[in-house]
Amino acid sequence: MPKRKDVNSILVIGSGPIIIGQAAEFDYAGTQACIALREEGYKVILVNSNPATIMTDTEIADVVYIEPLTLEFVARIIRKERPDAILPTLGGQTGLNLAVELAKAGVLEECGVEILGTKLEAINQAEDRELFRNLMNELGQPVPESEIIHSLEEAYAFVEEIGYPVIVRPAFTMGGTGGGICSNEKELIEIVTSGIKNSPVGQCLLEKSIAGFKEIEYEVMRDSNDNAIVVCNMENFDPVGVHTGDSIVVAPSQTLSDREYQLLRNASLKIIRALKIEGGCNVQLALDPDSFNYYVIEVNPRVSRSSALASKATGYPIAKLAAKIAVGLTLDEMLNPVTGKTYACFEPALDYVVTKIPRWPFDKFESANRTLGTQMKATGEVMAIGRTFEESLLKAIRSLEADVIHLSLKNEQEIDDRLLEKRIRKAGDERLFYLAEAIRRGVTIQTLHDWSKIDLFFLYKLERLIAFEQELADKPFELETARAAKQKGFSDKTLANLWRVEEKQVYKWRLEQGLIPVFKTVDTCAAEFESETPYFYSTYEEENESVVSDKPSVIVLGSGPIRIGQGIEFDYATVHSVKAIKEAGYEAIIVNNNPETVSTDFSISDKLYFEPLTIEDVMNIINLEKPIGAVVQFGGQTAINLASKLVERGVKILGTSLEDLDRAEDRDKFEQALSGLKIPLPKGNTAKSVTEAALIAAEIGYPVLVRPSYVLGGRAMEIVYKEEELLHYMKNAVKVNPEYPVLIDRYLTGKEVEVDAISDGETVLIPGIMEHIERAGVHSGDSIGVYPPQSLSEEVKKKLVSYTVELARGLNIVGLLNIQYVIANEEVYVLEVNPRSSRTVPFLSKITNVPMAKIATKVILGQSLKAQGYESGLVPEQDGVFVKVPVFSFEKLRRVDITLGPEMKSTGEVMGKDTTLEKALYKGMIAAGMKIREFGTVLLTVADKDKEEAKALARRFSNIGYQLMATEGTARYLESAGIKVKTVGKIGAEGQNLIDVIRKGEAQMVINTLTKGKQPERDGFRIRRESVENGVPCLTSLDTAKAILRVIESMTFSADALKPMEQAKEGVLL
Amino acid sequence: MKKQLILEDGTVLIGEGFGSETAVWGEVVFNTGMTGYQEILSDPSYCGQIVTLTYPLIGNYGINRDDFESISPAVNGLIVKENAEFPSNWRSELTLDDYLKMKNIPGLAGVDTRKLTKIIRQHGTLKGMICGMEENPQEIIASMKGKELPTDQVKQVSTRTPYPSPGRGNRVVLVDFGMKHGILRELNDRNCDVIVVPYNTTAEEILSLSPDGIMLSNGPGDPKDVPEAIEMIRNIIGKVPMFGICLGHQLFALACGADTEKMKFGHRGSNHPVKDLRTGKVALTSQNHGYTVQENSVAGTELEVTHIALNDGTIEGLSHKNAAAFTVQYHPEASPGPEDANGLFDQFMEMVEAEKKEAVINAKA
Repeated sequence: MPKRKDVNSILVIGSGPIIIGQAAEFDYAGTQACIALREEGYKVILVNSNPATIMTDTEIADVVYIEPLTLEFVARIIRKERPDAILPTLGGQTGLNLAVELAKAGVLEECGVEILGTKLEAINQAEDRELFRNLMNELGQPVPESEIIHSLEEAYAFVEEIGYPVIVRPAFTMGGTGGGICSNEKELIEIVTSGIKNSPVGQCLLEKSIAGFKEIEYEVMRDSNDNAIVVCNMENFDPVGVHTGDSIVVAPSQTLSDREYQLLRNASLKIIRALKIEGGCNVQLALDPDSFNYYVIEVNPRVSRSSALASKATGYPIAKLAAKIAVGLTLDEMLNPVTGKTYACFEPALDYVVTKIPRWPFDKFESANRTLGTQMKATGEVMAIGRTFEESLLKAIRSLEADVIHLSLKNEQEIDDRLLEKRIRKAGDERLFYLAEAIRRGVTIQTLHDWSKIDLFFLYKLERLIAFEQELADKPFELETARAAKQKGFSDKTLANLWRVEEKQVYKWRLEQGLIPVFKTVDTCAAEFESETPYFYSTYEEENESVVSDKPSVIVLGSGPIRIGQGIEFDYATVHSVKAIKEAGYEAIIVNNNPETVSTDFSISDKLYFEPLTIEDVMNIINLEKPIGAVVQFGGQTAINLASKLVERGVKILGTSLEDLDRAEDRDKFEQALSGLKIPLPKGNTAKSVTEAALIAAEIGYPVLVRPSYVLGGRAMEIVYKEEELLHYMKNAVKVNPEYPVLIDRYLTGKEVEVDAISDGETVLIPGIMEHIERAGVHSGDSIGVYPPQSLSEEVKKKLVSYTVELARGLNIVGLLNIQYVIANEEVYVLEVNPRSSRTVPFLSKITNVPMAKIATKVILGQSLKAQGYESGLVPEQDGVFVKVPVFSFEKLRRVDITLGPEMKSTGEVMGKDTTLEKALYKGMIAAGMKIREFGTVLLTVADKDKEEAKALARRFSNIGYQLMATEGTARYLESAGIKVKTVGKIGAEGQNLIDVIRKGEAQMVINTLTKGKQPERDGFRIRRESVENGVPCLTSLDTAKAILRVIESMTFSADALKPMEQAKEGVLL
Repeated sequence: MKKQLILEDGTVLIGEGFGSETAVWGEVVFNTGMTGYQEILSDPSYCGQIVTLTYPLIGNYGINRDDFESISPAVNGLIVKENAEFPSNWRSELTLDDYLKMKNIPGLAGVDTRKLTKIIRQHGTLKGMICGMEENPQEIIASMKGKELPTDQVKQVSTRTPYPSPGRGNRVVLVDFGMKHGILRELNDRNCDVIVVPYNTTAEEILSLSPDGIMLSNGPGDPKDVPEAIEMIRNIIGKVPMFGICLGHQLFALACGADTEKMKFGHRGSNHPVKDLRTGKVALTSQNHGYTVQENSVAGTELEVTHIALNDGTIEGLSHKNAAAFTVQYHPEASPGPEDANGLFDQFMEMVEAEKKEAVINAKA
C-alpha cells in the first residue's frame, strides 16, 4: 500500500529524560523514525525535554521543541503547529501516556490530529489490565490468575483465595515502578500501597506468581495490510520473576524446540493482529519448563528497550520500519535495509548468539537493595555477539566495565556457602558470578537449578567454562588450548591470570602465533543473501568478512553502557564525532557495545564493530583496520581509560596527547601546571596513606573534599567536616595505596561554575559558561545548571574566560575540555579539568548553535579553529535563559539516600528554556517530573547549621500562603522568629508524626538537610525515603529549595495585607 | 575425532566428528532455520544431501519422541558449528549425537558454517564429502567429480506399499514422494480418511480407491526423475480435487506442461516470505527445495501463478484454471517453521467439499 497522502505533518513525541526503565533506546528509536518519516517527505515536528539526544538536533526533524512532555506544553505545541497526526509509539511509556492524556483532554479531537501507529483503543487494551485480560480471554490466550485491585482490602481478598506469592503490577507505569513480588503480608502492605500510589489511575494488578517459568519475548511487527512478522525472539537467562530489563537475555531462544517456538510465535502474532497495531510490539510470555503451558505476561504496543535490543541483535531496524508502517507503507513493499536486495517482510535468521547483560548502578549505590524483582533497577545494558553462547557471555561480561572481566566475584573469599546459596536463590545483580563461584565450590548444576530455576542448559555452559579454566591453567601457552579458550570468549587478561603472567605477554604471544579473531557480519539472513552492512563482531573462526578499504580511517571509541555519571551525552558526542570524521573525508569506524544507542546504529558510521571496550578487543580491530589514529575524548572515562594502553601498543591518540591527558588527571602534575599558569585552585594534596590523609586535612583545614584519583561521576567523593569522618571514609570508602592515591582538597563554599571549551592549542573557543544553582559540594551532574550565568559579575566572567584559555593552551588541549570552577568572594578557583567531552556538550551545543563535538573532531583531525571560522574567547551570550535540571530515579532504587552531594546520583536531565530564569526553571522542573503547586504545605526538618538560612526560606513560603510544618527543633527556631508553623512529631513520637504526614500526602514538599553521618537508620534518611516512595518532592539542598520558591513566587500574586493605619500615617507625615 | 569436509571446489573444512563414523558424500546444502533440527534431519526431502545448519548451536533441546517427520531419516550428513553435548528440554530423550549414531548419520561440528554457507551461496550447491583425516582431498575431489548425484531418491524414501490412516471424513489419497509426517497429521486433524500410496501408483489405482481428494506430498530431488508420477497426475487432474506441496507442486506443474529448473542454492529455511497475488498478503513459510517451476514456462498452460517468493520472485504457488487443483512450493504443514499457511489445508478441504456438492448437483441434473 502506498504511503498516505492525506497526512503532511507529524508530531513525534520523545521519551524525555533518561530514567531507569527508559533510557537511550528511545533516542535511537526516535531518531530513526524522524529520519525515516522525512525520507518519505513528511514534515516532522519533534518534542522532547531531553537535550542530550540526537533526535533533538535540528537536522533530525523539521521543527524541534525542547519543552516539557506534559499535557500543558504539548497541547500548546499542537495548537501552534497543527500537525495532521501524532506518532506516540516511539517515546516509550512517556510518549504513549502523553498521547492518551492528549486524547482524553480532547486536544487531539479539537485540532483534528490523528494517532498513527497504535490506535488509542489498542493502547488502552494493552495498558489497562482489565481490558487486556478481557482481550486475552477473547483470543483464548492464557493469562495468570489475577485481580485488579484499587485498595489493600481488595488485595487481602485476592491473596486469601490464591495464596502467596503474588506479583503486584501497578497500571500505567514504566519499568514496573512500585511493583514487586510479595511472599508475605508485610511485603503485601508495602508493595501494594506504593503500587497504588505510583499508578496514575490508582490501580494495580495482583497476579498469581509464575516465577520459575521460562521468560520468552517476541518482537513482532504488523502493517496495515495485516502482514505480521517476528523480528526476533529472546530467552531470558533469569526465569520469570526478574524484570526483563534486569535479566540477562539471550537471542535467539536456546532451549525451545520448534514446536514451542511456533506456539509462542502464533500467540504473539495473534495478539498484535487483535490489537491492530501498525508498527512494532513486544510480547512477553512465560513458558512452563515442563509442558506446553504458557501465559502471556505483558504486551507493549510500541517500540521498547527490547525492540532496540532486537534491532541490534538482528540488524533489522524496527523503529525505522515501524515509522514507515505508521504512514501506510507495508512490509512487503519496503526493502530490508541491511541486504538492500530482499524485503522487510521476513524474519531475520541469526547465525550467532547474542547476550545482553544489564548494567546496574549498585557500584555507586552501595546501600541499595540489590535484589532483583519486577521493578527494574538497571540504568543501562551491554550486548555482545559470538558464535557460541560462551563467547557472547564472556564478551558481554567484559563489556560491563564493572571491574570484572570473567566469571568471578570480586570478594569470593568473604562469601560463605550460606550466603552463596542465598544470593543464588534470590536474584541479585551478581547472581551470574555467584553461580560461577558455587560451581567452583563443587555445587552441582542440578542443585543450582533447584535454587534458581535457571535452565540447566545455561548452567551446564557455566559449568563447562569453569571446568575449562583448570585445563587452561594447566597448559600455559599451548596453542590449541588457547584457541579453544578464545572460541569460548576467554580474554587475554583471564588467560594471563590463569597463567600467572602479564596480559601484554599473552597478547604478544597470541599475535606471534597468529591467534587472532576474524570479523563476521550481522546481516539478518545468516549469509543467505549478500549484504553490504558494515556491522561486525569478532570471533575465532576461519573467514574474515571485514574488508579494509583504501580510505584512511579513524577509530572512535564509544562510551559503553549507560550508567550514572556516564550517560547518553557521551553517545551524543560520539555520534557527532563520527559524522565530522566522515565529513572530513575519512572512514569513520566506531567501537561500542551498548545496544540502546544511536552510535550503534550501523547506518551512522562507515563501519560498526559491536565489541567490548577493552584493550584486547579494541586492538584486534586496530590491528586489522590500521586507522590513522584513535579518538578517545568523546567516549567518556571508558575511552579515556584505554588511552595509555593504546599508546603503549603503538596506537596514535588523535587530539590531546596521552601525556597531556595524564597531566590533567594526575593531581601533582596538574598542580604544577596550574602554578606555572598562576591559576588558583583550592588548597589540597595527594595522600598515599591514611596517616598522610589526616595530616594533609589538618594542614589545609576542615571541611575537606576527599576522593580517589581518576574518578567517574564523583564516585566515592565526599565532604568531611572532621577527622573522625575522614578516618571513617578512608577506612570504608576507598582503598588507599601509592598506586591509588586519594585527593584531599579544601572545600570552598561558593558558587560553582562550569565551562566547556574547544582548543586547537592556539585558539580556544568557549561556547558558554554555566552557573550552578546548588553551591559547590553538589556534583555538577546533579546541579541545576543555568545558561547564561545570572549572578556573575563581568569581572568574574572575564577571569573565567581568560583562565579557560590559559588552561587549554597550558595543558596543550587539542579538542574538547570541561572545567569546573568555584567562585568564592569574587575569586575564581579551578576545581578540575576534564580533557574530554562532558555531560554539558549537547546542552551547550543546542543552546549556542555551536556543534562542539563536530568542531572538536575537525580540530583533532588537524583543521584549526580559525580555519573553521572561530576565534578565541566566549561566544556571545544567547537571548533567553536555559536551565538544565537533573532527573533522578530514586523511586526505583530502595534504600538509596537521595541527599545530593559530591557523588553523582542523577540518571538524566531535561532542559527548560524561556525568557526569564523563573519561567525556564518552571519548565525545567515540570519537565523533570516535579509537581509545583501554588499553595500547599511544606515540611521542614533541617540541620542546625542550616537553620538560619532555612528561616529566610520559611518566611518566603509563608508569605505566598504556604503552610509550614516542622519538627520540634526547627519549629521552635522558626516560631522564635515570628513565623507561623505547625509542629509535627519526630519519627516514633506519639500521635501524628512526620512520617504520617508524608504518607497521608499532607505535605506537598519536604525540605530536609543532611545532619551527619550517612547511616540509613538515621531519621533523616527515613524521611527522605518516605518522601520518595510517596511521590513527595524532597529537597536536600537549600539552593534547590530557593530556586523552586522563586518559581512559585513568580507564579503567584503576593498576598500582603494593607499596612496598618498608624504606619501609613507615619509615611505621610514623613 | 577430527574429520574433514571436502568440497568439490577444493575447500577443506576441518572439524570434530560426531554421530556415525562412516564417510558420506552428497550435495551440500544449507538451512537457515534457528529451530527445528529434528524435523529437518528427518525430512525425507533431504535424501542424499549433507545439510549445514547456519544457526551455530544445534542440539540444545535434544531429540524427542514426537517431532520426527519420518521414521528413518534420509539425510546423508549434518554439519554444525556446535553440537550440544547437554540438551535441556522437558521432552528431550536423546542427544543429537546419540540419535545420529543410532541412525548411522555422520556429523561434523566446529566448522565455520558461515564460511561454508557463503561458499554455497556463491558457488551454488556443490558436492562434498565428510570423511576421516586420512583421506586425500585431491583424490576425493577427483572421485566426486566423476560421480553423478543419485536420481532415485524418491524411490528410496517413498513407502513401498499403500497403508491407511483411517478417519471418518473425506477420503484423501496421499501420494508419498518422501512425505513429511506433518502432511498426514494435518489431514488427520481434519478427520480425513487417508490412504498413503507409493510414488509410482498409477492414476487408475488411485481412482479405484474412490478418493474425494488427492494430496501430492513433498519429496527429494529433481521432479523430472519421477516421470511416472507426472503421468499419474496428468490423468487425475480434473477428476479429483488435488493439492500439492513442494515436489508435488513441481510434478503438478510438469504434468500441466510447465517446466522446472534447478536453482543455484535453493530455498531452505523457516523465514521465506511468500506473497499471495490474489490478496496481496504475505505469509512466512517453511521451505526446502532446490528446484523451482520456471517462470516463463507457465504461460500457455492452464496454470495461474497464485504465489510468489517475495525476495526472488520465483513461483511459490499455482492453481489450475479449469480444474480443482492447486499447489504450493512451500510447506503449509510447517514442522519446522511458521504455521502461517496452515489454512491451505482448510482450503483443500473446502475445495473437496465444493466438488462433492457439485457432483451431487450434477448427478441430480
